[in-house]
Amino acid sequence: MVTLMINGKQVTVLEGTSIMNAAKQAQIHIPHLCYLEGLEPEYHCRVCGVEIEGEPRLAPSCVRQVSEGMKVQTNSARVRRARRMIVELLLANHHIDCPTCERNQTCELLKLAFELGVKEIRFEGEKSHYELDETSPSIIRDLNKCVLCGRCVRVCHDVQTVSVLSLANRGLETKVATYMENGLGNVECTTCGQCILVCPVGAIKERSSVDEVWAALADPEKHVVVQEAPVMRASLGEELGLPAGTLVAGKMHAALRRLGFNTVFDTAFSADLTIMEEASELVKRVKEGGVLPQITSCSPGWVKFMEHFYPDLIPNMSTCKSPQQMLGALSKTYYAEKAGIDPAKIVSVSIMPCTAKKFEAQRPEMRDSGFQDVDYVLTTRELARMIKEAGIDFATLPDEPAEELMGLYSGAATIFGATGGVMEAALRTAYKLVTRRELEKIDIEPVRGLDGIKTAIVNVDGLEMKVAVAHGLGNARKLMDEVRAGKSPYHFIEIMTCPGGCAGGGGQPIGFNMALRGIRGQTLYSEDRQLPYRRSHDNPSIKKVYQDYLKEPLGEKSHHLLHTKYTKRKRV
Amino acid sequence: MERILTRNVGKPSSQDIEVYLGGGGYKALEKALSMKPEDVIAEVKKSKLVGRGGAAFPTGLKWEFTRKESAQPKFIVCNGDEGEPGTFKDRIILLNDPHMLLEALVIAGYAIGTSQGFIYIRGEYYREIETVEKAIEQAKAKGYLGNNILGSNFSFNVQLYKGAGAYVCGEETALLESMEGNRGCPDCRPPFPVESGFLGKPTAVNNVETLCNIPAIMINGGDWYSRIGSPDSPGPKLFCLSGQVNKPGVYELPMGTTLQELIQNYGGGIKGEFKAALPGGVSSCLLTDLDVKLDYKSVARAGSMLGSGAVIVISKDTSIIDVAKNTIDFFAHESCGKCSVCREGTRRAREMLARFANGGGRLRELDLMVELGEVMYDTACCGLGQAAMNATTSAIKLFRGEFEQRLEK
Amino acid sequence: MKVGVWRTKVDEIMESRGKSKETLLPCLEVIQKACGHIPQEAITYLRENLDVPSIDIYGVITFYGMLTTEEQGKYVIRICDSLPCYLNKSDGVLGVIEKELGIEAGETSADRKFTLEVVPCLGLCDKAPAMMINDKIYGNLTEQSVKKIIDELNR
Repeated sequence: MVTLMINGKQVTVLEGTSIMNAAKQAQIHIPHLCYLEGLEPEYHCRVCGVEIEGEPRLAPSCVRQVSEGMKVQTNSARVRRARRMIVELLLANHHIDCPTCERNQTCELLKLAFELGVKEIRFEGEKSHYELDETSPSIIRDLNKCVLCGRCVRVCHDVQTVSVLSLANRGLETKVATYMENGLGNVECTTCGQCILVCPVGAIKERSSVDEVWAALADPEKHVVVQEAPVMRASLGEELGLPAGTLVAGKMHAALRRLGFNTVFDTAFSADLTIMEEASELVKRVKEGGVLPQITSCSPGWVKFMEHFYPDLIPNMSTCKSPQQMLGALSKTYYAEKAGIDPAKIVSVSIMPCTAKKFEAQRPEMRDSGFQDVDYVLTTRELARMIKEAGIDFATLPDEPAEELMGLYSGAATIFGATGGVMEAALRTAYKLVTRRELEKIDIEPVRGLDGIKTAIVNVDGLEMKVAVAHGLGNARKLMDEVRAGKSPYHFIEIMTCPGGCAGGGGQPIGFNMALRGIRGQTLYSEDRQLPYRRSHDNPSIKKVYQDYLKEPLGEKSHHLLHTKYTKRKRV
Repeated sequence: MERILTRNVGKPSSQDIEVYLGGGGYKALEKALSMKPEDVIAEVKKSKLVGRGGAAFPTGLKWEFTRKESAQPKFIVCNGDEGEPGTFKDRIILLNDPHMLLEALVIAGYAIGTSQGFIYIRGEYYREIETVEKAIEQAKAKGYLGNNILGSNFSFNVQLYKGAGAYVCGEETALLESMEGNRGCPDCRPPFPVESGFLGKPTAVNNVETLCNIPAIMINGGDWYSRIGSPDSPGPKLFCLSGQVNKPGVYELPMGTTLQELIQNYGGGIKGEFKAALPGGVSSCLLTDLDVKLDYKSVARAGSMLGSGAVIVISKDTSIIDVAKNTIDFFAHESCGKCSVCREGTRRAREMLARFANGGGRLRELDLMVELGEVMYDTACCGLGQAAMNATTSAIKLFRGEFEQRLEK
Repeated sequence: MKVGVWRTKVDEIMESRGKSKETLLPCLEVIQKACGHIPQEAITYLRENLDVPSIDIYGVITFYGMLTTEEQGKYVIRICDSLPCYLNKSDGVLGVIEKELGIEAGETSADRKFTLEVVPCLGLCDKAPAMMINDKIYGNLTEQSVKKIIDELNR
C-alpha cells in the first residue's frame, strides 16, 4: 500500500495505482479528455496534469503512478490555467457546430469547456480541414472535430484487434487515418462501431437513416414495418431519461406506433426462429459428422471480421441469417401474404444497438424476398432522437405488445442481447431436439457474464457437448486461432463482435462502461425468467410460421429465405 | 587544453583501426576489462561527466541505475540522431573517429552488464553511417567486438539503426520507440529508460559525445577528468559555432569558455555586430551577454540552457522576429503531434509570429505567447514541446520593442 | 526488376535481425533506398512477415521525413532552412532552385527528375547554407553556385 497526500487529504491505495485513480478513490475528480477506463492511457491530451511537490512540471495523472509521501495538487491556479489553455487550443482547431451536432448532449469537450470555465478562445487562426470519410455503409468520420485523443485507435487495435485506424503523418498534419487514406469502407473495418462509443466528441458517428425513415412514415403509399433487437428493451430507456437497465419493451412498441410505423414486430420473434434453424443445423452437423465447431453468424461485425481475417473458417459458420435478416425476409413474404399487402410497398425498418446491422442490411445476399429484405436500420440513438423529435413522452407511455405474428417471443430470444444469450437459447432447443426432453437446468450460468471467453459442457444424453462464448473481437481471435490450428475442443461457439454482446453494440448509448453493459444484459435475463415461454420451440408464433409457411427447419423455404452465404474479403 | 575528443580529427585515415591502435586506441577497453564493472562505473561517477546530448544527466549515475535493475536483457544505446539546429559535433566524431565511439560503447556495455549495443544514427548522415559500418567490421575482425573480447568472458555486439528524418527521435524515449518499429513519439517518464527502455528492458541511452569521453576517463582516471574546465560541469566540450560568424565549426574547449572567447578567439568574429546568441540551439533562450561562461550552471543562471552546446550567433541586421519564427517553424514541423499542447501550441505560435513578421502583430498575443510558453513547459510530454517557445519568449522579453514595431495598424 | 531487389534485401535483413516489429525501420529503409518509395506490395510483404498491421506501417512511413509512399524524382534535393542556414541566406538559394526547376518545395518535377524538399537541420551548419542531393552534400552555397549544380544535373 502507498500513502500520499492529494489536495491536503491523506489517501492510501495499492501500489501501482495511477494518481487519477487514487484521487477518484478519495472522491477527487481530475478532469481529463483522452483517458478512458478500459483503454491503455496514452496521455495525448495533457488535460489531466497535476502538480507534484518537488517536480518542475505538471505530471499526467492518468499514467503517473503514486509513490510514498507524494504530495499532489489537482486544482491549483497553475493547474487550472494549463487545463483551460489546452482546451482553448483544442477548440481553436475544432469545427464548432454544437447546436447541430449529434453529440452535443454527450460531448466531453463541450463539458470540459464548461466545467473548466473557458470564457474565450484566444487562439485564432486556420482550422484543419478534412473531407468526411463516408466510404463505410455504417460509419462516418468527421476529422474536423477530431481531438486526436487516440481512443478510436486503441479500441480498434487493442480491444477489437481489427487495427484499421492509426495516427498518420506528424506534427500539425497528424490525423487518424486508414490505410493509404482509403477510408473505412475500403479496409478491414468490421463496422462494429466501438470507435463511435469511445469518441469523446462528434468525430465519428453512424450513417443516419432517420430522414429516410421519416419520409417512409409520411408516405401514404408505404406500409412501414418495424422490428427491434432484443437488447433494445433494456437500452432504449437510457437514451430517454430512464435509469440504465429499465425494461421498456412495452413502451418501445407503443412509441413506435405513435411514430407512425404501420406494423410493429419484434426481432425477438426471429431470434427464436434463428434458434430453431441454428439448433437444427448444429444437431445435424453433430449427427452427420459435419464441420465442427459450428460458429454463430448473427453478429454481422463478426461475420465481416471472419470474412477478412479467417475466410478459411467459412465452412464452420452457421448458414443461418441473423434474426434481423430473417424477419426482414419474412416481412416481405410471409407477412405480405398473410396481410395481403404488395411487398413492393413494404418498407422494412429495424431498430438495432448495432452499426454493423446497417452494413448487413445492404449485403447483396440479403435480397431473398425479391426486394432488399431490410431497408433501413436505425440505432438506439437514432430512434431516441426520433422519439424526442416527435415530442413523445416516453416514460409515461403504456405498455403495448408487438404484433403477435412476428412479435411474440420466448425468454430464450430476449437473452440474445447479452453475451452468452444465443448459446444458452440454442442449447435449450438443441437439447430438446436430440433428447426429446426439456433441459432441466434451463439457466446455463457458465455462459453468462462479462468474462471475455466463457466455456461450458452440457451433457446431452451421453454426448459431452463443449461450447464456448466470446465477446469482443480480440477474444474471438483467440478462439479462431485455435479452430484454425485444428485444436479447438468445442462443438459450438458463440461470437459477439462487441464487448458485452449486443448490450455493448456500436449503436448503443455512448460510452465504454462495461458495468453498464452488464446491467443491460441482466435486465434481459430477468425478463427471461418472467416470460410464459422460455424456450424458442415453445413459442406459439414460431410453431405457426413453420406450420403455415416454412414447413420445417432447414427445409426448402427456410433454406431460401433464412440461410445465407459468406464471401472471402481482401486484406490490405 | 590538450584535445581529447578531437585528437584524431585531421589525422590521415583516422577512421582506420590501425591508425587508431597506433595512437593508443582500445587500451582503455583493455583497462576497463581488467576492472570490475562496478569500479568502471565508480570512475565515471568520479569524473562528474554529464550527458552531452542536451539533458546533462550524470553518466555514471545513469549506468549505475541501469546496472542495478534486475530485469534482463539490458541494452546500451548510442544516440547519434543529432538534429538540433546548430549541432554537428557528433557528425565530426562519427566521420573521423568511429573507433573511439566503439571502444566507449563496449566499455559502457561492460559496465552496465549487457552484450547488446545499438548505435542510432540519423538517416541523412550517409557517409558517417558508412564509416561506422566499416569500423564495426574492422573491430569485429580484430576481436574488439564479438565473443570473448580480448580474451575475457565479456562478449558484445553492435547493431546499427538508421534514422529516417525525424528530429524528435533524438529524444531518448522517442528513439527507443523508433527502434521498436513505432512512430517516434516520446513516452511519459517516469518510468525512465534505465528502468524500462527498449522492449521494456533496462536501457542506458548515451549521446555520441558523452560516450567519447569514456576512453580518456578510463586511461587517466575520473579525478583527472573532473579537474578540466568548470568544477561543477567538468570536461572538454565540443562547441558547435554557427550562424553569423566568420569561422563556423566544431571547437573542443573546456567547459566554462565564455561566449566572447568562443566567437572571437575561435569563430573568427561576428559578421556584423552582435545582437544575441542561442547557446543550446533553437531549444534554448536567447543570450545577449557575451561574457557568459559556457557551462551548464552559468548559462542556466543567465536564463538560458547550454544543452548540446550548439551556439548560433545572430547579428544586428537580423530581425529577432524572423529568428523566433524560424525556431517555431522548426518545432511545428518536427513536433511528433501526439500531445495536444505541443501540436496545437506550435500551430498557433507559428500563426501569431507570422502576423508579427508580416507587420500585423497583435499586442495581446505577446503576453499570450509568453503564457503559452509557460503552459507548454508545464504540460508538454517531452523536451521538444517544453522548450519550443524558449527562443520566442526570450525574444519577446529581450527585444519587445522590435515586436511592438510590427503591430497591426 | 526493382521488386526483386527490395525483396532480396528485406529477406536479408529479416534473416539477420529477425522477423519482428523491431526490424520494421531497417526494412523500410532498404525498400526506400531500392525503390525511391515504399510500394504497397512491400507493405503487404512486411505485414505478412513482421505481423504488423498495414495501417501501423503506413503510420510509421508517414511519420518520417525520409520515407514516402509516393515515388520521388531521380534527384531528391533537400535544402535546409533551419536557423544557421537561414541566417546565411538559405532563402535566396531556395528561390534560385525553385526558379531553375519550375517547382516549389514539396513538389516533383513533371519529368520526374527532381523532387524538392525543404528540410530541417542536416547537421551541416558549418557549411551553411547547405543542401543534400540524394546522398551527396553541397555546402557554402551561393545563388550562383547552386544554379551551377542544378544546371549540371539537368544536362
